[in-house]
Amino acid sequence: VLFQIMELCGATRLGYFGRSQFYIALKLVAVAQSGLPLRVESLNTVKDLPLPRFVVSKNEQESRHTALYSSDADNSASYSGVIPPPPGRIQVKKGSVSHDAVQQRTSTDQQESTSPVVSPQQSPPTSPHTWRKHNRHPSGGNNERPLAGPGPFWAPFSEAQPGSSTSSDPIWSGHSPPPHQENWVSFADTPPTSALLAMHPASVQDQTTVRTVASATTANEIRRQSSSYDDPWKITDEQRQYYVNQFKTIQPDLNGFIPGSAAKEFFTKSKLPILELSHIWELSDFDKDGALTLDEFCAAFHLVVARKNGYDLPEKLPESLMPKLIDLEDSTEVGEQTGEVGYSSSPAEAPPSKSPSMPSLNQTWPELNQSSEQWETFSERSSSSQTLTQFDSNIAPADPDTAIVHPVPIRMTPSKIHMQEMELKRTGSDHANPTSPLLVKPPDLPEESKMSSSVKFTAGNTVTDGYSSSDSYTSDPEQIGSTVTRQRSHSGTSPDNTAPPPPPPRPHPSHSRSSSLDMNRSFSVTPGQQQTGVVAYPPAVPPRPQPSQGAGPHVHRPVDAEGLIAHTSTSPQQIPEQPNFADFSQFEAFAVSGVNKEEEDEIETHSEVLQVEKPSDSASSLRVAKADGRVEDKAPANVPTSASKGTTPLAPPPKPIRRRLKSEDELRPEAEEHTQKTGVIAAVLASQPSIPRSVGKDKKAIQASIRRNKETNTVLARLNSELQQQLKDVLEERISLEVQLEQLRPFSHL
Amino acid sequence: VLLSIICSPPQNYPLYIRSVPTENELKFHYTVHTSLDVVDEKISAMGKALVDQRELYLGLLYPTEDYKVYGYVTNSKVKFVMVVDSSNTALRDNEIRSMFRKLHNSYTDIMCNPFYNPGDRIQSRAFDNMVNSMMMQVC
Repeated sequence: VLFQIMELCGATRLGYFGRSQFYIALKLVAVAQSGLPLRVESLNTVKDLPLPRFVVSKNEQESRHTALYSSDADNSASYSGVIPPPPGRIQVKKGSVSHDAVQQRTSTDQQESTSPVVSPQQSPPTSPHTWRKHNRHPSGGNNERPLAGPGPFWAPFSEAQPGSSTSSDPIWSGHSPPPHQENWVSFADTPPTSALLAMHPASVQDQTTVRTVASATTANEIRRQSSSYDDPWKITDEQRQYYVNQFKTIQPDLNGFIPGSAAKEFFTKSKLPILELSHIWELSDFDKDGALTLDEFCAAFHLVVARKNGYDLPEKLPESLMPKLIDLEDSTEVGEQTGEVGYSSSPAEAPPSKSPSMPSLNQTWPELNQSSEQWETFSERSSSSQTLTQFDSNIAPADPDTAIVHPVPIRMTPSKIHMQEMELKRTGSDHANPTSPLLVKPPDLPEESKMSSSVKFTAGNTVTDGYSSSDSYTSDPEQIGSTVTRQRSHSGTSPDNTAPPPPPPRPHPSHSRSSSLDMNRSFSVTPGQQQTGVVAYPPAVPPRPQPSQGAGPHVHRPVDAEGLIAHTSTSPQQIPEQPNFADFSQFEAFAVSGVNKEEEDEIETHSEVLQVEKPSDSASSLRVAKADGRVEDKAPANVPTSASKGTTPLAPPPKPIRRRLKSEDELRPEAEEHTQKTGVIAAVLASQPSIPRSVGKDKKAIQASIRRNKETNTVLARLNSELQQQLKDVLEERISLEVQLEQLRPFSHL
Repeated sequence: VLLSIICSPPQNYPLYIRSVPTENELKFHYTVHTSLDVVDEKISAMGKALVDQRELYLGLLYPTEDYKVYGYVTNSKVKFVMVVDSSNTALRDNEIRSMFRKLHNSYTDIMCNPFYNPGDRIQSRAFDNMVNSMMMQVC
């Protein structure tokens, strides 16, 4: 049937579907649907032709056509309802869209629109209802689509049109896009009779539309197309073609940009109020570069068209209009960071419009968790989170662990890959770009899991902050993410991100202290005796180390980093255990000497926390001596802190931790007070090692593990920072105590 | 309570005013106005130091009124002023800075819009959304 229709209206016409043709085609469709024989005459004769029932295909094709629709008054019966509005719209469109042949149609349209306008209105009312139902139905998902594309539009359109365009609008509110398209369609509906005459040099779009319509016969196809968007904002092929042509008129290079001023002039022609144009611009200029790429331009154009058809502008850029990252890959790659300044703010603007790539991006995060582990190991080696980012960018050259990172880019959707590339550009620009490093991961990485892991790592790198930033970052997958943009957003965030990782102990002296205090209080078990003031550290520390004694060394290690602070206090038991703690034994003596109290007092002072190593040792020994174990806390804390300084705050993967924390291990045994933490950490760590293994496994498994790891990392990082803080404090105390000890020693001899 | 205002040079007329709940707006407007003077003063004092991107006002804290005024100036002398309640416990410095940064970013985005004429009142929905979300986050 479609073919027949096409023949009738199209074959006779120009090779393409001009507006008139389209109208004719629509009418024929209606005719066909109503069971009438397909005849050209029927178009003109059947006034009450029910509006063709088209599944609500959100194809914009229709919408494009609406512009093209020259209201054919006659058979507008079915279309009639549509016609009145369309004509008006058409004219409006003409204003906006008229960049080309539309104007031609205008003339014909106007003629046609007048007459049809009247008749259709009456008939449509009934049909619209049916259509409405019909449309509603399909809008969900394009079900039947007799005619695939045009159908839906018309239906909604006709419904909207019939006089009560307003009333229909509410109906269509659900189909927001459809109305838009409907408008398009309505034009088409206008009796093509007259249109037949004016074979306007339909733009290529028409042809495409027609073709699409034809293909729509397959029903689902078109439906899918339209429904795929699931929103009326989809740009049909014809429309897109049209937009592209327009783009060319302004900017011959399709890969180039339209500068803001030119775009402004262009869109001002649409006679929309400046405010709306401004809003459209905000929506469509995805990368916020002040210029429109082809995709952006199409989106903007589409929005203008929609607006002209009475369709309200969305608050955020619809998904279907989001510029494809892939397309922009090249441009972005080139470092033209012109456009794709994907500010994190932009995501805010278009959150809903997250493209499908987003989900994939989100998925990568869990993977990232996994990789974070690996990354952590890596980072530990590098002893700086910053290097991590470079790794990402450098792919996996430096560190074998980075290999793991590779998968990240692969896993990403094309857009992601694109982003990754951008990340690469940003190489080293900011460490904390959780997303960028991950994304950047050159496709070299063979395994996706690796990628995810690396991504995870990056994310993990920045601790929780990283996640948030990366999340915000990822939220812009659509954004072409010019490196510039990324850098900007990341740099904004990265400093924050990087900050947390490297200097966990340092940055939060006060902050961690409070937290550690809390923890200490909660943990306070053994140190009951300790003084209140200092209690902060010792109490916290002792409880932790103790429980964890059982944990394996490596387990402790990661934990140690965190629990170092905590376990100082554990107790003399630990001290004797370790041979390395010879110092401690010495300190024990000191500690016993009542330095405790002084130490405690001094614990609060952080002055030399960082000096650490030795003080930590002494502290540890002191701690041994002290029943309070405060010193111990310090010592272990010191050691771990110092050791872990290089390591990322994230829960250090077992391996790196082992290396660094070897000394800590010794301390650790004492410090197994971190039971609580260690217990948790152990669990986490235990799971972590397994994560790398899973690299080769299912993505999902990896992702899940990544997520777990991420969570673990977060927890561990937090613990780590707290412990480190405590460690610092303890070290300080120890130092002070030592000093006092020295001072007191002579007295002891007396 | 949070109120943010963006004022543009040279006359320092406000481009955007948004305040959260409480309707003490007038008082806030007045406060902002007076703070603008302080901002200008700081700017001029800068001299060659040029743009110190962020300025933190804690100086305008009136003991009775109990609110803090923060200021921020961009390279193009566009001033952002934020008034927050002191009762709003610890809005830390970093948070204020990040808020200003976000404001600045959004403002730049608006500037990129060719349909926006500098000096117009800011009517961007995106900007509004951002500011709203920011304020909700604080309050």
